[in-house]
Amino acid sequence: MADIVIDHLVKTYPGATTRATDDVSLTVADGEFLVLVGPSGCGKTTLLRMVAGLEAPDGGTIAIAGRDVTDLPARERRLSMVFQSYAIFPHLRVRQNIGFGLTMRKVPKDEVDRRVREAAAVLELTDYLDRYPAQLSGGQRQRVAVARAIVVDAGVLLMDEPLSNLDALLRLQFRAELKRIVRRVGATTLYVTHDQAEAMSLGDRVAVMRSGRIAQLGPPIEVYDHPSERFVGGFLGAPPMNFVPATVRVNGAGPSLHIGEQVLPAPEHLDPYRDRAVLLGVRAENLEVATVQQPGWLTARVEVVEPTGASVLLTVRLGEHEVKVQAPPTFRVEPDSAVWLRPPVQSLRFYDAETGLVLAGAA
Amino acid sequence: MSARRRRRAVLLQAACVAVTLFMGVPLYLVTLAALSSRESLNRFPLPLLPTDVSTETLRTFLSSTGIVGSFLNSLTVGLSTVVLALLVGVPAGYALSRYTFRGRGPYQLFLLLTRALPIVVLSVPLAQVFLSAGLYDTTYAVTLLHTALALPTTVLITAAIFLSVPRDHEEAAVIFGATPLQAFLRIVLPQALPGIAAAAMFAFVMSWNEVLGAAVLTLNQRTLPAQVLSTLGDSPLAFRFAGGFALVLPALLFIAVMRKYLLNMWGTTLR
Repeated sequence: MADIVIDHLVKTYPGATTRATDDVSLTVADGEFLVLVGPSGCGKTTLLRMVAGLEAPDGGTIAIAGRDVTDLPARERRLSMVFQSYAIFPHLRVRQNIGFGLTMRKVPKDEVDRRVREAAAVLELTDYLDRYPAQLSGGQRQRVAVARAIVVDAGVLLMDEPLSNLDALLRLQFRAELKRIVRRVGATTLYVTHDQAEAMSLGDRVAVMRSGRIAQLGPPIEVYDHPSERFVGGFLGAPPMNFVPATVRVNGAGPSLHIGEQVLPAPEHLDPYRDRAVLLGVRAENLEVATVQQPGWLTARVEVVEPTGASVLLTVRLGEHEVKVQAPPTFRVEPDSAVWLRPPVQSLRFYDAETGLVLAGAA
Repeated sequence: MSARRRRRAVLLQAACVAVTLFMGVPLYLVTLAALSSRESLNRFPLPLLPTDVSTETLRTFLSSTGIVGSFLNSLTVGLSTVVLALLVGVPAGYALSRYTFRGRGPYQLFLLLTRALPIVVLSVPLAQVFLSAGLYDTTYAVTLLHTALALPTTVLITAAIFLSVPRDHEEAAVIFGATPLQAFLRIVLPQALPGIAAAAMFAFVMSWNEVLGAAVLTLNQRTLPAQVLSTLGDSPLAFRFAGGFALVLPALLFIAVMRKYLLNMWGTTLR
């Protein structure tokens, strides 16, 4: 068992006025892959560094495998880490780099050798063991950093944006490989990234952070489909979720949504919000789109058409609001023409117009 | 290449040649004179090519009183200065590069201020102190003075070089089970070697060339420059050239040896 229990962790950097992590509590189950994701400065790296023991919290505790490690130095926490810059040692050969953690822990020499060769085989580094890091490509250095982290068999694996220095193609390849390797190692993993696609694809659970707090925590699809606040919907997904202000009106037939001049039927549970302004959230791929008028659909004007191969991304103007629509790849439309949109009721999300939080009973 | 760019390139080359000649010609002439016989030195015009190589002048110089002794003194003082300056300066440089502490800025300024004091001003009170401590006229006294003089550059050079070793590397070492001392010795120090070699070089050459302080602090245990200086007035021309040659040669050799550690240091980064 190597679960991580973070309890009410507070950290303010000297000279800063706001907290880097603001009373964060989080439990990572044994063997779980948890991704911390958020914009830069949201406190995700600080949180990771406190778990690593590289940064001391002002308050709160961290326990790993049931042992309170809050006051233990990093080397006694029995964890390993992959750094954003890789941090592999330029004056040591690949073999010594990978074996560093084992050598430090006084593992017998032939066992170090055996385990280094195993890890190198997993990461396809066998032919490079006697090279220096300067003789490797960026992708290979990254592999060395991962090999060095998994060879120690630490139970807890921390990763700080490990893919951010790779070019786009390599990043996509290595992302899948990383997922396979971590699954094979079975370590409890805390992974920091600012890339929402990475977070979605890697995590068993995703914690979206903002201003030192966890805005939402859950399985990637749940966080993606049911953002708990406007910020989460706007951060996860490419394109981000559309948000359109609307007003709830109730007449004889039940509640309806007024977007500018246009009207859309609303679900029953919006009844308590009658005559109030709400924020309507809908994902680009959930909007149905047509080039001919359909009764009850919303009309909008096409501004930009971007074919991406797998789909066609439309930027349309709905009243005065910009909305992204993901249409099927066969969809053909010219800029400046009119289209009709239908957001299916089950994929509509509603947020408070002022706080941006999801409306109670409307999630 | 445009005419203007070509002209600039030519000027640049000319400037390089001029600077090289400015440094090189005196060295060449001193070497030439030191390796000539006494008679050929007086010949007119002076031959500019080594037509008449002889070790006679150098042999006379080396066999004159106190030269070998002072040569050994200089060597002792120089190497001891390097060791002491590194022992004190490397930890100080590391602290400057890694920690923000109260008074860090003033401390760095203060380091440079010690170089602002003329050596003579330092030497006289030091001579007084060393006299009462029984260190006067020993190589220890000169070593201590030279260490004090070399420390500012040692601290500042090593601080700069430690800054260029990423902190990540130390953090990684600690994560993977190293104590802070192990992380420093196994990870940081090897990467900082070029800078430390440069600091060592500065310290050695400074000590080798320093003459005023050494002359004030010693009578019999002279270092080579102090010895040469004290006998300069009443020695023949050939002796002076041989002395100059003997002073320049070890410093040049030291630089040549240390140069390979420096190759990556100037202008480029560590890697």
